[in-house]
Amino acid sequence: MKVTLKVWRQQSPNSAGRFETYPTPDLNPNMSFLEMLDVVNDDLTRQGKEPIAFAHDCREGICGTCGLSINGRPHGEGRGTATCQLYMRHFTEGQTITIEPFRAGPFPVLQDLIVDRSAFDRIMQKGGFVSVRTGSCQDANALPVAKPAAELAMDAAACIGCGACVASCKNASAMLFVSAKVSQLGLLPQGQPERHRRVLAMVAQMDREGFGNCTVTGSCEEACPKNISLAFIARMNRDYAVALLKGE
Amino acid sequence: MKLDSKIPAGPLEQKWARHIAENRLVAPNNKRKYHIVVVGTGLAGASAAATLSELGYRVTAICFHDTARRAHSIAAQGGINAAKNYQNDGDSVWRLFYDTVKGGDFRAREANVHRLAQVSSGIIDQCVGQGVPFAREYGGLLANRSFGGAQVSRTFYARGQTGQQLLLGAYSALSKQVGAGAITMLPNTEMLDLVVVDGQAKGIVARNLNTGKLERIAADAVVLATGGYGNVFNLSTYARNSNATAIWRAHRRGAGFANPCFTQIHPTCIPVSGDYQSKLTLMSESLRNDGRCWVPKREGDKRRPQEIPEAERDYYLERMYPAFGNLAPRDIASRAAKRVCDEKRGVGESGLGVYLDFSDAINRLGLETIKERYGNLFDIYHEITDEDAYGTPMRIFPAVHYTMGGLWVDYNLMSTIPGLFVLGEANFSDHGANRLGASALMQGLADGYFVIPNTICGYLATQKPGSCPSADGEEFQAAEADVTARIERLLGVRGKRTITDFHKALGRLLWENCGMARKRANLEKAIREIPGLREEFWQDVNVPGEAGNLNQSLERAGRVADFLELAELMCRDALAREESCGCHFREEYEEAGECKRNDQDFAHAAVWEWQGEDKAPVRHTEPLAYEFVKMATRSYK
Ligand SMILES: Cc1cc2nc3c(=O)[nH]c(=O)nc-3n(C[C@H](O)[C@H](O)[C@H](O)COP(=O)(O)OP(=O)(O)OC[C@H]3O[C@@H](n4cnc5c(N)ncnc54)[C@H](O)[C@@H]3O)c2cc1C
Ligand code: FES
Repeated sequence: MKVTLKVWRQQSPNSAGRFETYPTPDLNPNMSFLEMLDVVNDDLTRQGKEPIAFAHDCREGICGTCGLSINGRPHGEGRGTATCQLYMRHFTEGQTITIEPFRAGPFPVLQDLIVDRSAFDRIMQKGGFVSVRTGSCQDANALPVAKPAAELAMDAAACIGCGACVASCKNASAMLFVSAKVSQLGLLPQGQPERHRRVLAMVAQMDREGFGNCTVTGSCEEACPKNISLAFIARMNRDYAVALLKGE
Repeated sequence: MKLDSKIPAGPLEQKWARHIAENRLVAPNNKRKYHIVVVGTGLAGASAAATLSELGYRVTAICFHDTARRAHSIAAQGGINAAKNYQNDGDSVWRLFYDTVKGGDFRAREANVHRLAQVSSGIIDQCVGQGVPFAREYGGLLANRSFGGAQVSRTFYARGQTGQQLLLGAYSALSKQVGAGAITMLPNTEMLDLVVVDGQAKGIVARNLNTGKLERIAADAVVLATGGYGNVFNLSTYARNSNATAIWRAHRRGAGFANPCFTQIHPTCIPVSGDYQSKLTLMSESLRNDGRCWVPKREGDKRRPQEIPEAERDYYLERMYPAFGNLAPRDIASRAAKRVCDEKRGVGESGLGVYLDFSDAINRLGLETIKERYGNLFDIYHEITDEDAYGTPMRIFPAVHYTMGGLWVDYNLMSTIPGLFVLGEANFSDHGANRLGASALMQGLADGYFVIPNTICGYLATQKPGSCPSADGEEFQAAEADVTARIERLLGVRGKRTITDFHKALGRLLWENCGMARKRANLEKAIREIPGLREEFWQDVNVPGEAGNLNQSLERAGRVADFLELAELMCRDALAREESCGCHFREEYEEAGECKRNDQDFAHAAVWEWQGEDKAPVRHTEPLAYEFVKMATRSYK
């Protein structure tokens, strides 16, 4: 099969970007989307052109590195998969596919399809942890956790930090990302001592980074490759309200 | 090259405690006077950086990823071992130690492995304390599963995302320290050379991958935790960007490279489907708890699996290894798969595949239980192959997965260059000639949380506080000049062939000649051909773009150039080891299809010393003395 790509090209953070159109060489429908880009890039290189920069690593939907907007949707059509888990068999012969970086103010473009998501790290550094020192923990089974709570915490912990939630949101809100971590730790006994401090600190940093407010459109849940639930945002809002009341 | 393993004296059980008690310490008020640079923030590096900083050392941590949370450790699926004996099924530190030594086919150092088993329990405690959501039973206590090579259930897991959860735990500890201003974290930064001053490792030269700027970082000690080098084969289960550059550059600066040919080929991966393929996807070994491996009994049987009656199926692992069945260790299961495919009984279009069948387990336990246990793995399989493994058996085939070889380290995890420490998959230490499932996560975290914090002090105590050299010193300038020259050379070729082209060619050469089965003639051929390929690379590779900005082609080219050197060493190592052991199967040394070890001549780690470009490296040995266990023929029958 062959398709046509309309790709965002941008030399550097400060240069102006533009769309370029490239016909692809012959493709195999069993290729992954990123393998398709590999093939196109080798083709461009052979023609003496600059290959398209795109971020990727694990190529199995777990590292959160890849993140492309495909035909206007972060990670493309289909729920619960990252860009690297998308296969060409889901496209049709001759289709034009538009590929852009994740668009959001707090995620500046570095080059072509690569954006800077370091804002997420800075939010985590404000409170996305339990303050335990190595070696100071009691026996693991001394702290039973009810299975339903453990399972729900795991649902939240599955977040891969890709930023699709932000890119899909018209307000560029990072609430789904932040609430996933706040909920994971808030659901577990280990997370209780710092529960209130954590939510206040992480939300404050989220605001400082310029992420917008949540207006509950649900687009983030839709785009999330790990099906993180919107219900975690509600959970975080409750924690936040309680923390404010307690005045921590 | 002097290889002193520094194994403490005394009974096995007391070595580690005594070593901690007798090792020199650094006083609390002096710790902040030492600067440690940690390269790599996967499980090993993140846990080390966090813990060293908690102790009070000044730490700079770097990784080439855009954030520490994306290290390759994130992809580990199945689980992590620990000798907790929560199942009351006869586990103990001794048993975990013994299983690991036996699993490694008696090519690992006893004292190191025993220490690993000893600290394993503490890892689980630490991770639970951080909020890692391990799987639990209804009573609220931790759940376990079984893994290959063990007859007890000692593997802790978090769905099929154990590595992710453990890494996020270590990343949270790292984030805590970065937030407190105690760690300088430099993501998007790739180490391109090691700086050695007066014979000691005192810093690195690294490239900021976003700006292209080179940085010199001086330190009192350097810790490498840069992962494994399986991508030398091009196709593997590794993340695409995993590479050998950090350890290879250190090797060229004098660090001994141990057992480079020990490569684990994992038995359960999704088979190759085409030439465009960029990676192979692992289906976790945990699937072998409930899945049964089989192929048709008849050669060339092309019927659909459902049409092949029970009596005409060969459940070859259960037949060949009745005691362990489908849970035979990886090297053995991989070779068995290769053997049945060589007999033309392989399945799928290419004939390079075997079935992993869940129908019995689904009948026995119900669909829901199987979904709960392996749902996400079945989903991954479906996405990639477009097949539904609940209804039809999975097709799997072995793929390159892990490298037991790595930089040689002593008991303190220090390489042959004083001041250079190596942790995690990057070192050679604990798995001998074959690693058991769920033991890499254990080793990475053991090294980072518990070992290095208790050993690095012994070295630092020999260094005067504040004696760290300046990054403007002549060794630093020289190393930077080397790095610049190499980058210019890569960009200057402007040839016709793509980097991919060379990587694929190298991968094929290595897979065919230094893969699951090896023999003298093939290895000699590879040793002849690799230098030719390397020369062609330097004459005809096309690396577009410039040095002074983000340039992914340049990053890849540098890594492939290093693979082209490392591959030759792997073949030399495989050729020199004239025995079969663990993953290293030399066709000349076998008995009824199984490895034939030669303890007389090869009960040692082979440690290679770099001699310069286009000069043959020198092979040294560290004898492995088995004082506490008896070396036996490894049998899983
Ligand atoms: C698909 C898969 C599944 C697995 N499942 C399991 C399992 O279930 N159980 C188990 O025990 N093991 C498993 N393993 C093995 C295990 O995941 C790895 O061996 C382990 O995670 C390696 O950890 P590490 O910290 O040593 O290195 P990595 O996690 O690979 O981290 C390397 C770090 O070094 C950095 N780095 C590398 N080079 C440089 C450089 N030159 N400059 C700067 N930074 C650099 C990287 O950015 C990264 O931060 C699995 C492996 C794979 C491939
Ligand atoms: S490349 Fe890792 S999630 Fe896509």
